[in-house]
Amino acid sequence: MSTSGFGGVLPWARRALVEQKRWMTTEEFNETFALSQFLPGPNVINFSVVFGSRFGGVAGAVVALAGLLGPPLIIVMVLAILYERYGDIEALSRILAGVSAAAVGLLIAVVAKMAAPMFLKRWSSAPVFALLAFAGVALMHWPLPYVFLGLAPVSVAFAWFKR
Amino acid sequence: MNQHPLTSLAGYFALLSLFAVGGANAAIPEMHRVAVNVMQWMSDRQFADMYAIAQMSPGPNVIIVALIGYHVAGFTGSGVAIAAMCGPTCTLAFVVARTWDRFKEARWRVAIQAGMVPLSLGLIAASAFVLARAADHNVYALLVTAATAAAALFTRVNPLWIFVVAGLLGLSGWL
Repeated sequence: MSTSGFGGVLPWARRALVEQKRWMTTEEFNETFALSQFLPGPNVINFSVVFGSRFGGVAGAVVALAGLLGPPLIIVMVLAILYERYGDIEALSRILAGVSAAAVGLLIAVVAKMAAPMFLKRWSSAPVFALLAFAGVALMHWPLPYVFLGLAPVSVAFAWFKR
Repeated sequence: MNQHPLTSLAGYFALLSLFAVGGANAAIPEMHRVAVNVMQWMSDRQFADMYAIAQMSPGPNVIIVALIGYHVAGFTGSGVAIAAMCGPTCTLAFVVARTWDRFKEARWRVAIQAGMVPLSLGLIAASAFVLARAADHNVYALLVTAATAAAALFTRVNPLWIFVVAGLLGLSGWL
């Protein structure tokens, strides 16, 4: 499954786990997904560990993780070798210039999709924290841990009192 | 900083992973800051290239850390980088998965989750900003970025085709 996920694995994971294999219900999937988003770090990796551990304990988690990471890792290592060896070739660097411009575009679309519901809600503090996190990391170039530790407690406190 | 590169890799990625709310994309600016500015392992352009390669490859986005690791210290480097990026959070995920049901409905959990959403949005937006500055050197590249964003938002076209078109445009020498 891991190798079919261009630009993100989760939609494929849902199709395979819920619709084809029926290893989990839609609710279980959503709940596991919420948990893996709640945790820091790569979401899909977290998802595979949570799913695997529910299925077969430590062994399940390790197997799920290896299955998710193994094949893509092999492919990307081949690409890494090619890049380190031939990255200076004019044609290749031109192609990569095009692809990296497009890759940024995809990321901007992700941001827009995430931001839409947040900014449409009236009277919410959420956009303020999003802007502060953006400014701290992108404009001020502050280290992520500082920005996170500075903003997270305040943001969570607002969420706590706002309900 | 006379640290061994492998020690730096392991330390940075392990620390980074714990603050990456919103997944690998939220961690991009910090990876960029460390790899390009602080450690000077690579140029802006190389970083943008690696992000592009990671996006073109199938599998989870976090795979970019393997590329950075390989660039710094070969196969060992990529192994160390992946292990450091995934190890701490996987352990956390495993532990939390067992106790999650108990506080699923707890108010503090809902508050933490709601408080994290805007931060992860801000961080991912920062990723887009940092990468755009590294990848878009002229007006044509900016146009490709804008067109891709529009296509991804308003159509259901497979990103792979966008990459093919953008790669050909790049090859033609416009970007």
